[in-house]
Amino acid sequence: MSIWIWVAFAVVLVGLYLSWTAGRLDRLHARIDAARAGLDAQLLRRASATLELSTSTLLDPAASVVLYQAAHGARTASEERRELAESELSQALRAVFAEPEQVKELRALVGGEEYVVELSSAVRRVPMARTFHNDSVRAARAVRRHRIVRIFRLAGYAPFPQTVEIDDEAPPVLVAPA
Amino acid sequence: MRIGIVCPYAWDVPGGVQFHVRDLAEHLIRLGHEVSVLAPADDDTPVPPYVVPAGRAVPVPYNGSVARLTFGFLSAARVRRWLHEGAFDVLHIHEPVAPSLSLLACWAASGPIVATFHTSNPRSRVMVAAEPIVQPALEKISARIAVSEYARRTLVEHFGGDAVVIPNGVDVGFFARAEPRPEWSGADVPDGGTIGFVGRINEPRKGLPTLLEALPRILAARPGVRLLVAGRGDEEEAVKGLPAEVRARIEFLGMVSDEEKAALLRSVDLYVAPNTGGESFGIILVEAMSANAPVLASDLDAFRQVLDGGAAGELFPVEDAEALADAAVRLLGDPERLAELREAGSRHVRRFDWETVAADILSVYETVTTGAAAIVGEDPGGGWRARLGLARD
Repeated sequence: MSIWIWVAFAVVLVGLYLSWTAGRLDRLHARIDAARAGLDAQLLRRASATLELSTSTLLDPAASVVLYQAAHGARTASEERRELAESELSQALRAVFAEPEQVKELRALVGGEEYVVELSSAVRRVPMARTFHNDSVRAARAVRRHRIVRIFRLAGYAPFPQTVEIDDEAPPVLVAPA
Repeated sequence: MRIGIVCPYAWDVPGGVQFHVRDLAEHLIRLGHEVSVLAPADDDTPVPPYVVPAGRAVPVPYNGSVARLTFGFLSAARVRRWLHEGAFDVLHIHEPVAPSLSLLACWAASGPIVATFHTSNPRSRVMVAAEPIVQPALEKISARIAVSEYARRTLVEHFGGDAVVIPNGVDVGFFARAEPRPEWSGADVPDGGTIGFVGRINEPRKGLPTLLEALPRILAARPGVRLLVAGRGDEEEAVKGLPAEVRARIEFLGMVSDEEKAALLRSVDLYVAPNTGGESFGIILVEAMSANAPVLASDLDAFRQVLDGGAAGELFPVEDAEALADAAVRLLGDPERLAELREAGSRHVRRFDWETVAADILSVYETVTTGAAAIVGEDPGGGWRARLGLARD
């Protein structure tokens, strides 16, 4: 008789462990969703700041066109082209803000300071948001690879999380302290 | 923004993490944010109004020294109450792996959590053993900050994942404004100059023995040199074995106040940091550069990074007294190079100013809160039915 008590006890323990792990996994998935939303918000913010600057007539026409095109591309890219378009925007920003003089001149113009502040805070936050997103993806993957999680399908139908890989290096002259 | 900050170490004991938390909290309050700091402290310890005491800290041997930590049932209850009453937009935990308040807060909270990792020690057995225990708590952290590239590498090695590097902040203006004292300057003495050292005297990792070993060699080349040592410790013990004429060139200042430290760094002709290890950042180097002092430091990973790979200060091989002496003699005899170092240091140091650092930390807060609209609250913990129904989506 007593053997059944032990078996019941073991079943309850296993059940508790599974429930706890499922909760942990759910939290991780929620964290990925939040991080992804955060990253999207920062990317959008960067694209809008670049668009605004490119249509402000404060930059020379050539730089304006380059920035406008890249920002427009990033904002309207389809899901498959998104990462590529965002990387191109980073490259365009680095090309336009390659020299410290460019920032200095922009700051000197009326209203230029605001654009610099807005853009530099945007380009600073994109890599942060992406680091946090990929960090949460890694944590979720580590748990999902556990044998128990796979056997009991604790992850349900949630897709296997993917990292976001883009070139998000900010133009050094924009992030350097003034 | 409503910000909750958790400090794991006793509030009334001076230490790098505590100072960092204090300065960060005060800076954020000045910027108009609502900040509450939860820190180990007795109820009768005098604390600033933004600090909530979480109970007595118990001295426990941890991580190679005795740390004053808070843990246990009562503290856990206090942490939960603080989280509940605070209703923070973001929770900022410092040193989350220390077995203290930070870990408790990490367990109890949900919603956006930011964590700063201060230490960097090589992968240890304790860390490996503790990993399955702390990992579920660490998984809740939405954003990790490392105080240096070196600390980030340690973090990646221990727990995987990634972190953004935001250096420790220093009030650059406080050091830059300090008034130099003529008695601590040695510029007008022929073949002279003053060398500054700040740090605990009998803590070998601070490296005073290396500097004292180098001193006779420095004096042989430049007899007018004086060494100024600020810090607690047994002075007699430190100079034991040194000839009397060398001892005469050493001045012990004992414990100094922040103002005196700033004045000392402003006055000396060369600041030497002979540390032998255990540093993840090197705040004293930043303070020296803020005070416009030329820096000569041992070539530790952390120091190399703070000194911009050697561009903002000179480096010598760790524990190499001979190299230290040669570099010091060369620098003190070359006013142009010293001026260059002063210039490079004060330019480089701006990135460590609290203005810059706090703006970066705020960007992290905003990045995580944009994604998660949820308010940091208690972890429901017993959300039983919700958990059982999880496999659905």
